[in-house]
Amino acid sequence: MTDDLLTIDDLSVRFPGNRHPAVDRISLRIGRGERVGLIGESGSGKSVTALAVMGLLADNAKTTGSIRWQGDELLGMHDAQYSRLRGEQISMVFQEPMTALDPTMRTGRQVAEVLRLHGGAPAGEARSRVLQTLAKVGIGDPQRVADSFPYQLSGGQRQRVLIAMALINTPDLLICDEPTTALDVTVQARVLELLQGGLDLAGSALLFISHDLAVVSQMVDRIAVIYEGRIVESGTRSQILNAPQHPYTAGLIATADLANVPAGGRLPVLDDFWKRTDRGH
Amino acid sequence: MRRNPALLIGAAMVALVVVFALISAVWTPYNPTEVTPGRLLPPSTAHLMGTDGFGQDIASRVLVGARSCLLVGVVAVGIGALLGVPLGVTAAVNQHSWLGTVIMRATDIVYAFPALLLAIILAAARGSGSTVTAMTAIGIASIPAFARVSRGAALQVLSQDYIIAARSAGTTPGGIAWRHVLPNITPVVLVQASVSFGLAILAEAALSYLGLGTPPTTPTWGRMIYESQPYLYTNLNLALWPGLFIAIAVLGFNLLGDGLRELVDPTLQDVR
Repeated sequence: MTDDLLTIDDLSVRFPGNRHPAVDRISLRIGRGERVGLIGESGSGKSVTALAVMGLLADNAKTTGSIRWQGDELLGMHDAQYSRLRGEQISMVFQEPMTALDPTMRTGRQVAEVLRLHGGAPAGEARSRVLQTLAKVGIGDPQRVADSFPYQLSGGQRQRVLIAMALINTPDLLICDEPTTALDVTVQARVLELLQGGLDLAGSALLFISHDLAVVSQMVDRIAVIYEGRIVESGTRSQILNAPQHPYTAGLIATADLANVPAGGRLPVLDDFWKRTDRGH
Repeated sequence: MRRNPALLIGAAMVALVVVFALISAVWTPYNPTEVTPGRLLPPSTAHLMGTDGFGQDIASRVLVGARSCLLVGVVAVGIGALLGVPLGVTAAVNQHSWLGTVIMRATDIVYAFPALLLAIILAAARGSGSTVTAMTAIGIASIPAFARVSRGAALQVLSQDYIIAARSAGTTPGGIAWRHVLPNITPVVLVQASVSFGLAILAEAALSYLGLGTPPTTPTWGRMIYESQPYLYTNLNLALWPGLFIAIAVLGFNLLGDGLRELVDPTLQDVR
């Protein structure tokens, strides 16, 4: 219990004007160095959960419950204190590499910013630390990339830059919100591999958020399945993949299995496995 | 820049005014404030634009007038931008708190206050009108425009992914405003500066005409029109030249603003 890095208890998030809470009494624990996957469809509340942990929800969101970081309550923490935590102890990689970098700033400076914000390196060393980190995430010519503006880079390169930004301070926890969804499959595999390597080096825990079961199972030890704001099932990777308890999970796994689809046949969808009308969680 | 005639024509007109101002700094055909017996002469090779009621060379006065026109524009726009942009960005960053509301309501009050009235009050407070009171009044009056435009642009920037990404990296609200919002709203502010520049020139001409601006010893276009008033029906020449150059300067800055806007705003490019 005291080993927990992040402890989410009974977390609910409501947005004004919505009848249903975006996140409904979620509880989740992440231990030191542990890799946890949060899987669910669009709108299931997985990104809201991530933003709640980062303290980056919109001002009008109503949050109840508790999010503790190494024992300290994060909900209601003062923003200045939170800022010191973000990027240093908890960092995040976003879904859209095309828009997550400031278009007016050279990428090298943006990576160096993260270092500077947390007093990471003296001015002279910052540049070499940035180039080192860029090389670590598989960027072949870090010099050129560091001196480029984001629009001059490809999606894969930008996502690597974002991963470099997230890992440069060796955080205790890395949150990845669909980090490869915007990339094509070959680039995706390479980025996941680099992410694995980066995490191994930094010894960071991981909260990996995705709708893609194949990607999640490749990255994590433990999986939580979220549906309509609630965690419907959680367990180790093999438990979830081999013996799913909830019909929604079973459906997710079955739709990912394309080997049995006849050529030209209709792809299976979730509703083939679970009639949503008679759900009653 | 292809198919953006507004930008080119506007830039050319503004360039003309700037060239006039630069030339006047080193050379004028005559001393622009020297009173001579040759009153109300029509345009000739000796006096390209003729002379006014005091026998002063109009061409020389037009050249020197370009300088004060630009000076007033630069200072007024400077005051407006330096105060208005930080106010607008602060209001955007604190959109949901009382601070944002107070700032925007305060600028609304200034917005409702005519520059002319402000200039009269400032002139009365200082005893007489001067270039400084005119520039200050016009500058203060242009703060709301800058505040509104930069607030709107900043709100748009603040909703972008890279702002959340920057915050997730630990950037403080102040750092967000300074390092990410300001650089990204610069194009919009430049457009506003260009439009405000035109308005400032017009306002300065109006204030000088009313005797609330630059003192008589410094030639300005607005003052020249004022002095041409007794001769309006007999010698149109006197009002024509300063009027023409006020029009060129104001139109030039407005066209430049429109052209820049088109260059900056991609949604407008599809419309044309």
